[in-house]
This record gives sequence, C-alpha cells and structure tokens, in this order.
Amino acid sequence: MLKAFVDDYAEEDPMAREQMTGAQIILKALADQGVTDVFGYPGGAVLPIYDAIFQQNRIRHILVRQEGGAVHAAEGYARSTGKVGVVLVTSGPGATNAVTGLTDALMDSIPIVCLTGQVPTHLIGNDAFQEADTTGITRPCTKHNYLVKDVNDLARVVHEAFDVASSGRPGPVVIDLPKDVQMGLGVYVEKEASKRKSYQPQLKGDLNKIKDAVEIIKNAKRPIIYAGGGVINSGPAASQLLRKFVRVTGAPCTLTLMGLGAYPASDKQFVGMVGMHGTYESNMAMHDCDVMVAVGARFDDRITGRLDAFSPDSTKIQIDIDPSSINKNVHVDLGIVGDIGHVLEDLMKAWRANHGKSDENSIKKWWQQIEEWRSVDCMKFDQSGDIVKPQYAVRRLYEHTQQQSKDVFVTTEVGQHQMWTAQHFGFDKPNHWLTSGGLGTMGYGLPAAMGVQVAHPDALVVGVAGESSFMMNMQELSTIQQYRLPVKCLILNNFYMGMVRQWQELLHGSRYSESYMESLPDFVKLAEAFGMTGLRATKASEVDDLLAEMIKIDGPVIADLHVDPKENVFPMIPSGAAHNDMLLGPGDKVGQPVSEDGMVLV
Amino acid sequence: MNPPEEPQRTHTIAVLVDNEPGVLARVIGLFSGRGYNIESLTVAETRRGRHLSRITVVTTGTRMVIEQIKAQLMRLIPVHSVSDLTLEGPHVERELALVKVRGTGDARVESLRICDIFRARAVDSTNESFVFEIVGNSSKIDAFVELMRPLGLTDVSRTGVVAILRGPESMESES
Repeated sequence: MLKAFVDDYAEEDPMAREQMTGAQIILKALADQGVTDVFGYPGGAVLPIYDAIFQQNRIRHILVRQEGGAVHAAEGYARSTGKVGVVLVTSGPGATNAVTGLTDALMDSIPIVCLTGQVPTHLIGNDAFQEADTTGITRPCTKHNYLVKDVNDLARVVHEAFDVASSGRPGPVVIDLPKDVQMGLGVYVEKEASKRKSYQPQLKGDLNKIKDAVEIIKNAKRPIIYAGGGVINSGPAASQLLRKFVRVTGAPCTLTLMGLGAYPASDKQFVGMVGMHGTYESNMAMHDCDVMVAVGARFDDRITGRLDAFSPDSTKIQIDIDPSSINKNVHVDLGIVGDIGHVLEDLMKAWRANHGKSDENSIKKWWQQIEEWRSVDCMKFDQSGDIVKPQYAVRRLYEHTQQQSKDVFVTTEVGQHQMWTAQHFGFDKPNHWLTSGGLGTMGYGLPAAMGVQVAHPDALVVGVAGESSFMMNMQELSTIQQYRLPVKCLILNNFYMGMVRQWQELLHGSRYSESYMESLPDFVKLAEAFGMTGLRATKASEVDDLLAEMIKIDGPVIADLHVDPKENVFPMIPSGAAHNDMLLGPGDKVGQPVSEDGMVLV
Repeated sequence: MNPPEEPQRTHTIAVLVDNEPGVLARVIGLFSGRGYNIESLTVAETRRGRHLSRITVVTTGTRMVIEQIKAQLMRLIPVHSVSDLTLEGPHVERELALVKVRGTGDARVESLRICDIFRARAVDSTNESFVFEIVGNSSKIDAFVELMRPLGLTDVSRTGVVAILRGPESMESES
C-alpha cells in the first residue's frame, strides 16, 4: 500500500523524475519511436548528440559524406520500409546542404525527421559561426518545423515531429536544436497518444460521396483508374485494395511515375505509365475516358499536359488525403478526402452493397479500343548492331533480376535513364521503386540506393544512373564502401545530360548548349579508387555478361555501360501539347512548332 | 492556360492559429510562395489562456484559387480552423484608421465638419493639425481619406480588416 503511494507520488512530481541531458532525451525519443538507423554528419553544433550516440547502441549512425546524401539516403530508407527516415546534421552549412533533400521529400511526400544543430540560444541572431536561420530557410520546404528553446519541450516535440512526418500526407519535418538545449538537463516524456489539436488528418472518406462514386463508376462506359504515389504512402494494404478495386470494375489502370508498383505491371489490366513519357494507350485512354478515378495522384503538369485539353469529356473522381490536392490543377466532379486504404476499403464495401457490376458490353468495347492503341507498341525500340540501346539495357536488367530469389529494389537519378527504367522495368510490388518525381533531383539515386540497402541488407539494390546524375553525389561511394553495402550502380553512360540534349534537339534546333560532358572519369578506375569493383561494357553483345557479373559480385559495383548517345525517350508529349498529340518515335516530328505557351513550360 | 475569364472575387477569411513563433511567417510565406494576393492581413492573440491568435486576411482570386487558399491554410500544422466569412453568411467587417490632416482656416473647419459626418473623432489636435480616428468598413475609410486629401492630408495609418460572423455561431468554440 505504501509502495503504491510512493509510486503515484513519483509520477506526480516532475522533479522526482530522472533528469537527462537534451541529447539523451533526443536519443531516447528516437529509440521509443522505433528508430534503428540515422543518417548524418557531425559538426560543432551537434557534438552533444554525437557524444550521446557514442554512449549507446540502440541506434546505428550511418556516416554520409555530404548532408545532401543523408537526406536522400533517409528518403530511400523511408520509401522502401514505410518507416520514417531520420537525418542528423549540424547547423549552418549542414542544414543548408539538407535543403534539396527536404524539398525532394516534400514534393514526393516522404516521411523524414531531420534534426539540425543550431548555435546556442543566446547567440541566435548574432551571425554566429555556422549560424543559419534554419527554421526560416526550411519553412517552405518542410511539412512543419520546430526550433526547440526549452529542453523540457524536447521529447514532446520529437514525438510530435514523428507523428506529423508520418501521418496524413507524409513529409519532412525539421527540428532545430540549439546546442545549449542539447546540453541542458530536462525531463523525458513518453510518446503520448493524444495528438495536437490543430492537426488531425482525415482518414475515413465521406460515405455518401463514396456511394456516389460507386454509382458513377458502375455506369461508366469508358472508365480508367489513375493511381499515384499516395497509394504507396498509404501502405501495402492500399495496393492490395487497389488491385481488387481494379479487378471488380474491369477498368484499365494506369500509374504515375511515383505510383509504379502500386499495381502490378505484369497484370493485363495495367496500361502502363501515364504522362509525358507514358504509354500511348494510357494517355489515349486518359484523354478519351468518360470516368476517371484518381487515387492518390495529384494531376501534376507532367501528367496532364495541356490543361484545357486534358481528358475533356470525363467525370472525374479524386481520392486524396490532402484536401489541397483536390481541385488544384484540374476541376474534379467528386472529391473524396481520406486515406487511400480506408477509402478503397469503404469503396469496395459500397460496391458490394450496391451489387455493383460494370456495364460489360461497354467495358468490352473500351478494351477493344485500348487493345488497338496497345498494338501501336509505343515502347518498341530497335536493338541492332553493336551500339547498346538504353531501353535494351533496362529490359535485360529486368530479365536478370527476375531470376533472382532476392528482393529487388531499383532507384534512379533523374533524366532519360529514369524514364527508360520507368518504362521498361516492370514493377510488381509497391515500395520497390524509388525515384525523385516531383522535384526531379539529379543525385538522388545513389544515396537513395544506399538508404535502401541499409534497411534491406540482403536485397539486391540497383541504382540505375546517367553518368551526369551519378557524379552529383558520388562522394557517397565512400559511405557505401565503409558500410559494405552491396549496391549495384548501373550507369547508362551516353556522355550527355541526355534529357537536356533531347529537349535541345527537339525544341532548340539541336544547339547542344553545355549538355555534353568532357573529361568524364574512368568509372572503372573510380570504383577501384573507392575499393569496389568496376565493370564496363560498350557493345550490345556484352550487356548480359556485364549484368550477370554485376549481380553476382558480392559487394558494391559500378557498371559503366556505354549506350547510344543519340537515343531519345519516346513516346513523348511535348510540353504544352495534349494527351492525344504524342510523339511516338524519332520519325514523328513535333506536329506544329511548339507554341510559345509550351516553350515556357519546363 | 486556365480558362481566361474566370471572375476574380474578394474574400475575407478568418484563421484561428496557435500563437507560436513563426506562425505568421508560415501564413505569409504560403501566400507569397504560391503567388496569392493579400489585400490586408491582421493578427493578434485573442485567447491568451489557450495561446490562440486570430488572423483575418482579405484576398482576391478565382473561385478555384480561393478554395486552394483555404485548403492550403488548413494544411499548416498550427492552424485550427479556417472560415470563409464571405461564404459563411452575414458578417461584420471593420477597419480602424488614424488620419493626420494639416491646415488652417477654412480647410481646418471643413475637415472637422467631415469628421462629424463620418462619425470620426479627433484624437489629437494642434493649432495647425488634427489626428482623426475613424472606424468602419474599408470603403468608408477610403471615402474619408479621399475627402481629407484636399484639406491637407499628410499621413494615414490603417489596421486592415477585422471581421466576425453575425449571429450566435462561433468559430472558436470547438477548437
């Protein structure tokens, strides 16, 4: 009895609770949030945290070579696991180097918690050494950010940051930590169940709207389901539900770049990727459909093409957890706010309750039309002769990985190789395809692959890259070597910033201004310099051997594969053009000169 | 490339936020970052005990833009509620202005007479100047300022619009 009284008393009195340093509080909070890996780089303003890291073994720290690499690695880690990626960097340049990664995570809705050091509170605003206004700089590129000025707020803020980063539409959160707060003594608080009052994302969709949606979809004659990264963010169950939903409706399903893997590419109802470099059948179906169901997709300009010609005759239904995504670019007739998993579940229930059955005859006719578009075979390419077509390389990579018993993850950088990988590598599972979609960050893929491999040590992780993107963050090769991460870097080397070159060819009279790279390194020797294996192939006949060896080698590899420098990504919707105005191949010329409106678009 | 002739509307939006550092910067950054207009913006803590501030913002845009603005505001973590007073029903809008007029003789007498008509008050006076305080909706203040201009107007300081719904409903009760 007496003991119980004492325990109660102990809980009531904060002074009786154990005092810890801010740095210890941070590490305890991270551990309680289930964090096992942190990507970071030390510096003066985070030394107390690094000292606390040294004295514990629950959390592993991965030492990157530049802070930008840390954020992309955490993105790869987060997207391949569904967990929050954690970054730890110092003040000033540490924080500013992280900005690109934070923006990337914001655009692609990746949950990241980034801890930044800050000069001590009494020096803030004094232009102190390595001081930057981190909360000011990161305000527009984070979902939310905090500057913690009292050590007793620390634990609560860290817990709240994890909740904000991972719930609703996920995104990056920065916690700026002045050095005196890291060293001060304070009290730890457990992660609370109660959420912040002003932040309560809506998970369940409006049931009446869901019923309306069923009615609309049931009566559709030419439906299409257009799904995006939101499905993947909602979790694997949402992808399963999407599959069922597509199955019962009989509709074709297309995916955005970020959505690849949310629906199996090998399924017959999949019509390929949509958008600027999507398939002919997908874009034509988007244009001609009478009902469009957007699931966790945001009508990005790379998807819609010319807005006033975007799917002109369709009734549009949009499901998204972010109300601001609905009616942002494209007017939708029925917007349902909610988590994709929750809404699809209710949608399936409502479908059954309604004894939903699609109009079979119309759907059949619709598929006949789609098959006709499919027969154009828009992804065809001609691999003849010695010069390696990049599409061929990606196809062969896909075939080789299919024979693997290991889980296979693919990351890319940004540019032509990214589009070829999206087009020619079939993704059947969510969370296995990692690319920088919204921000288009060259230099994303290598550190992202590193993050994936940290989370999945036994998986086969292939980072497909162009030689230019690869060089943007190749300092991380050193990290890969340090942690013995067997990442396979496959460089589709065409000696150009290929996508820039392609646009210059198509839109700027083939004036290749600054898009050719002189003095590229010898990537094989580069690999050797970092202590890893380097491979090279320059002929089509060598591709299979190169890929087989790359996969077989037990350790990190850089495979330098020389590909056709003149190859362009097709099909393509030129900027400012409509979906039904695609270029299918080099034979197609831009129909009319791209309008000025189109030229100003990126 | 949007349908060009969507009419522009002016809306008065009330936003209830946690009063914490940076919250105003978040709101203003949202408007400037996304290219929305701010015609006026006022902010002050209204519930000291609960650390709540109320922001009143007057903005213009097409219907889709206004809807976007509200959805984007609602996305900010410290924002509790967003109400579009222009849509939600009759509301009272008020602005306060301090207007300095310098002059002597007839002009001085005339300025006092107009002050009377507008139910403004002289809150400071010297032999050659007045400071008037005027409260009303923005167009009333515009009219007052225009009338004062030929009478020696030198300075105007305006608060921007504050607004509240008529009737018993409250936007602060639940949050």
